[in-house]
Amino acid sequence: MGREARIHDYAIIGDGRSTALVSRRGALDWLCWPRFDCASLFGAVLDEERGGTWRVGPPGPARVERAYLEDTNVLCTRFHVEGGTLEVVDLMPMRDEPVGHVVAEHQVLRCVSCERGEVEVEVLYDPRPEYGRVKRPRLEDGGRLGWRLEHERLLVTLRADVDLRPRPEGGLYARFRLRAGERRHFSLTATDDAPAVLPPLGDFTREYVERTTRAWRKWLGRCQYDGPYQREVRRSALVLKTLTFGPSGAVVAAPTTSLPEVLGGSANWDYRYCWVRDSALTARALFGLGYEDEAEAFVTWLLRASWLTQPRMKTFYDVYGRVREKERELPWLRGHAGSRPVRVGNLAASQLQLDSYGEVIDAVAHLARRGGHLDREELKMLRRFGEYVTEVWDQPDEGIWEPRTGRRRHTFSRLMCWAALDRLLELHQLRTLPGIPVERFVEHRERLRLEIETRGWNQRLRSYVKELDGDEVEADLLLMAWYGFENARSWRMQGTHALIEERLGVGDELLYRGESSPERGEGAFGICCFWRAEFLARGGGPFEKAEEVFHRVLRHANDVGLFGEELEPETGEARGNFPQAFTHVGLISAALALEEARRHRQPVWRPRRWEEART
Amino acid sequence: MGGGEDVSWLNWLVWGFASTVFLTALMAGSQRLRLTRMNLPFLLGTMVTADRDKAKLYGVLMHLGNGLVFSLVYVGAFHAWGRASWWLGAVVGVVHAVFVLFVVLPVLPALHPRMARATQGPTEVRQLEPPGFLGLHYGMRTPVSMLVAHVSFGVLLGLLYRF
Repeated sequence: MGREARIHDYAIIGDGRSTALVSRRGALDWLCWPRFDCASLFGAVLDEERGGTWRVGPPGPARVERAYLEDTNVLCTRFHVEGGTLEVVDLMPMRDEPVGHVVAEHQVLRCVSCERGEVEVEVLYDPRPEYGRVKRPRLEDGGRLGWRLEHERLLVTLRADVDLRPRPEGGLYARFRLRAGERRHFSLTATDDAPAVLPPLGDFTREYVERTTRAWRKWLGRCQYDGPYQREVRRSALVLKTLTFGPSGAVVAAPTTSLPEVLGGSANWDYRYCWVRDSALTARALFGLGYEDEAEAFVTWLLRASWLTQPRMKTFYDVYGRVREKERELPWLRGHAGSRPVRVGNLAASQLQLDSYGEVIDAVAHLARRGGHLDREELKMLRRFGEYVTEVWDQPDEGIWEPRTGRRRHTFSRLMCWAALDRLLELHQLRTLPGIPVERFVEHRERLRLEIETRGWNQRLRSYVKELDGDEVEADLLLMAWYGFENARSWRMQGTHALIEERLGVGDELLYRGESSPERGEGAFGICCFWRAEFLARGGGPFEKAEEVFHRVLRHANDVGLFGEELEPETGEARGNFPQAFTHVGLISAALALEEARRHRQPVWRPRRWEEART
Repeated sequence: MGGGEDVSWLNWLVWGFASTVFLTALMAGSQRLRLTRMNLPFLLGTMVTADRDKAKLYGVLMHLGNGLVFSLVYVGAFHAWGRASWWLGAVVGVVHAVFVLFVVLPVLPALHPRMARATQGPTEVRQLEPPGFLGLHYGMRTPVSMLVAHVSFGVLLGLLYRF
């Protein structure tokens, strides 16, 4: 079927429970049903031959244009070929109003139409359940009820208004011609706990497209961002919503596993879980955009998830808040661009990441400042977290970037322990959190400040450093201003920023996350690039510079506005799991900071906010 | 009724309800154990509402009501025999399961207002997958799990019901 798709070539569609990746060739190459972290049904993004794919498009070469329908996650791909133009619309249906029929639990809709001339269309439907372990699953012809594939408890049914025929090598195939104005429809549904729902095709499918479009636009209508980066911020909000598991409010880091940080390398991890370290920034992004309900649901999920493991906090939880500590490799998959091994599950769950406490408590503080309610048990849990932090903050830990090379004494982890105690004391002052050992928390907060300012500071380099008494920098140090430990304008932060720029800067205003990133073959780190723009916007540099950095980083999004975890410094292409919620959270956060800074430059009346009151 | 004994209505109500709860739990368990996708509360509930969540709630209530009605048939059989025992309950359970599998399921697409028909395909209203022969569309182990659930229902009722 031709050249393997690059990570950068994918677009995402989703319905808040699962997502699919669709390539520029019209191939649906990644779909895990019924949840983000379940086994894949299509996994060609990890192995083109073995993973399984569902392609709808012209058989030969084509000039491809694609975009989401405005303000939606409905993808529209146009193939311009000799003789005409073919359009494929892909979506996972959503609805914002009750309908008079039973709806399918999980569904992907694909509508193909000829816009101009006459075009040949090729369809290949080749599902491979369980990450492609099942090489030739049995596809049963159910006549008018569609093609059935039953694997374990999941029933997947494909209905189409074209004649699909089984291929000798597995899967179904069709080739047909469409003239201008003609359309065909495909509906793929799945169920695991009840009889399947089999939607009709034709007008009904088009109605679903309209209903889904309306639902996304209605949701995005609540976005309060009104700055100049509307397109990018709104796309990022849509990505975040797609990666939010509707039933619980949890946000997964990315919908994929094992897309490589280094092409051909082994740094391939499963990101289909909810990382605690992302919480403060995610909460701030959601609140900042005006999505109070989503932010509150997310923080509530966070507290519920950490309830069972308190006062220890795990690195991540699954969408239901369960701990997943197992990791296994899938040796039958070649990996994206030969990047082995493909892993499912993530051993990082059992690491010690002391920064998690600060991030969760800061997210809770965001909620409390906006009048969010915390019940007695949640308040007790916060107190226990605080007490636990006072006992463990001086231990070495794996740190925010979870390397598998052992524990170190990270400055950033100390910073976040400081932030945890500082926010708890703030909540106490706001009379939200009574009964905490104030003196003990104050004492440890001051000890943390002293340690960070002495051992986390390198006088020779005139910069904060990655590890206590060390001499390397890491991009996370820029967050010292974000968490209110230092003012972005302070001479210490100016020195730190200058060294970070010198040692981690790469390409067109991009940033590595650490000094060892280049030798490991990593790309520039998406969110770190946005942290720098935000640091500058918060007073770390001239406003024009902040905007320039932001603008330049934005140019590295793919054709539909998506970012991965990392960026190839030379080409700007995405690396790592894709799309990455954390990078889009960074984009939103930086855009919001730029707007705050812009208003300072053009003074107008605005309500006084907590962040301003502190500085 | 046969056997010359009056039906003990309280006994029927209590043990009929208890056996129905057991049957419901057993069938829900067989779904979770991936034995079948037969979800009777969902099928019953979607007869009266299109909302998936409400359908499950209404369906459970309807299923409990149905269970009581069916247990009355079991109780009638016990009285006709003049005694109740676990194996008599099992025999009625087998007959009940056979009736459901061979009579009720094949006519379900005609009875259920939201169920598609294999000959016509789905429509805007009728979108639910029909059960097929012996309910095999809902999983290959559907007939076995239905049989086990109904026999267990009869065994329990036969053990608990007293004249």
